[in-house]
Amino acid sequence: MAQVAGLSVAEVEQHLEQLKKDKIFLGWRPVLDLSREAAAAAAVRAVIEVRLTPERGGGFNNLAQRLAKFEEVESCYLMSGGYDLLVFVTAPTLQKAAAFVSEKLSTLGGVLSTSTHFLLRSYKEGGFQLDGGDGSGDRLNVSP
Amino acid sequence: MSTTSKRWVAGHVATLPKSGIRDFFELVTKMKGQDVISLGVGEPDFVTPWHVRKAAITALEEGKTYYTSNLGTIELRRAVSAYVTNHFGVDYRPEDQIIITVGVSEALDLAFRAFCNPGDKVMYHQPCYVSYHPSISLVHAEGVAVPTFAKDNFALTAEALRAAWVPGCKILMLNLPCNPTGGTCDRVQLEAIAAFCREKDLLVLSDEIYSELTFDGTHTSIASLPGMQERTIFLHGFSKAFAMTGWRIGYACGPAELIDAMMKVHQYAMMCASIIAQEAALEALNNGWEQVCEMRDQYHRRRDLVVRRFNEIGLTCHSPRGSFYAFPSTQGLGMSEKDFAVGLLQQEKVAVVPGTAFGSNGTGHVRACFATGYEQLIVACDRIERFVASSARAREKSGA
Repeated sequence: MAQVAGLSVAEVEQHLEQLKKDKIFLGWRPVLDLSREAAAAAAVRAVIEVRLTPERGGGFNNLAQRLAKFEEVESCYLMSGGYDLLVFVTAPTLQKAAAFVSEKLSTLGGVLSTSTHFLLRSYKEGGFQLDGGDGSGDRLNVSP
Repeated sequence: MSTTSKRWVAGHVATLPKSGIRDFFELVTKMKGQDVISLGVGEPDFVTPWHVRKAAITALEEGKTYYTSNLGTIELRRAVSAYVTNHFGVDYRPEDQIIITVGVSEALDLAFRAFCNPGDKVMYHQPCYVSYHPSISLVHAEGVAVPTFAKDNFALTAEALRAAWVPGCKILMLNLPCNPTGGTCDRVQLEAIAAFCREKDLLVLSDEIYSELTFDGTHTSIASLPGMQERTIFLHGFSKAFAMTGWRIGYACGPAELIDAMMKVHQYAMMCASIIAQEAALEALNNGWEQVCEMRDQYHRRRDLVVRRFNEIGLTCHSPRGSFYAFPSTQGLGMSEKDFAVGLLQQEKVAVVPGTAFGSNGTGHVRACFATGYEQLIVACDRIERFVASSARAREKSGA
């Protein structure tokens, strides 16, 4: 990272420490093409639209924080539009994903309804296009 | 059979040397699959921005599969006119002062064929792009190489021009910023060159294909200097700044009489540039500037990295003001450019091009293209460092 940023290792460490202290830098996360990894490819990913009844005093925030604590939840966003929360969930099997929705999510006080969509195939992850073919592999090794 | 077939090849083509880059290309190709990092390419590592590619797809869907005007579509010529005015400060009429060509290479060929009589002399600075001298030879003209030097950051100087000038010189060929050196000229240097051109009544062919990739200061086109537009053919294209090498699309701007002469050759030789490429180029000019700036910023970071690392390693390297090439010297290592390039490729699997592929004034240098991912460049620099160190140890052992 120091080489890429053109800084010394000490400078990068100092910046990272400060960002951690300020709770801006929360952690590292690899971007993976899960379809290429057999075990990961077997995992089930779902997007769930959740409608809520806002709580007096806490609005949507308390409910959203509670929901976000489940380990199955990868990401959770408050949304404008026809539903209130958009929840990204990962589970090892379809049954476990279904169980999460029916037993944990929909039974949570304040949850009015859920609409679950299972991800079938990924075309882009974290800004990286998967199997998009940028053609650069065919570039000549030496050219004028 | 081949010996008998040879007799049909024109004499001046038979004696034309093959590109010096060709041998090295063969060498690198043999090592395919061996984790070679190539700094030997002459094109961007970016793919043409998606919206530009989409414009070409849309053109096909709309059935745009026909010839265009010899000069190119009027929409693209209008866009080129506006772009050149905005970025280079020179006004050209879309109707008769701009021609769309199959890359700058075709524009250059048209210019040589349209303006050179047999025996005319064409001055060009060297080291230079591989095609300049052969293209001059193909029209039976004579090339007059003007050397540029590392001590001047490979800028062309009016003094060098004056020293190289001989009676019969008709054209000055410029390529600033330059492939392979990255050298360019500031406004003061260009004004001195322009004054020389006016004094000697030279026509200037100015290939400014790398102008958008200028990192330090601003690019000045010689056509924008007083008294120069009427004696300059401004050559430009989309290959480098817009990452559109494979589209083969460029243009030439100049006085109407000269563009008309180039058009005469173009209409018989080429008819027109591909309409698909013209549609893509129009989209690039209308909506592609943001990506040009993003790519330029990437090249800038990479240039800073490789120049710093090369100098730390002991490969003396000036900082190229433009283009995506560094042109370090191998002389401090006691190695010829060819020994360095071949040794580096074989030992450390990094490809650079010997400077002599770009003319004899490239002796003692190699061209390293930094249009390669940043992380790859870091690895390439590490490998070069290892190669330089091991070569030094080998020389010490042998007592050289």
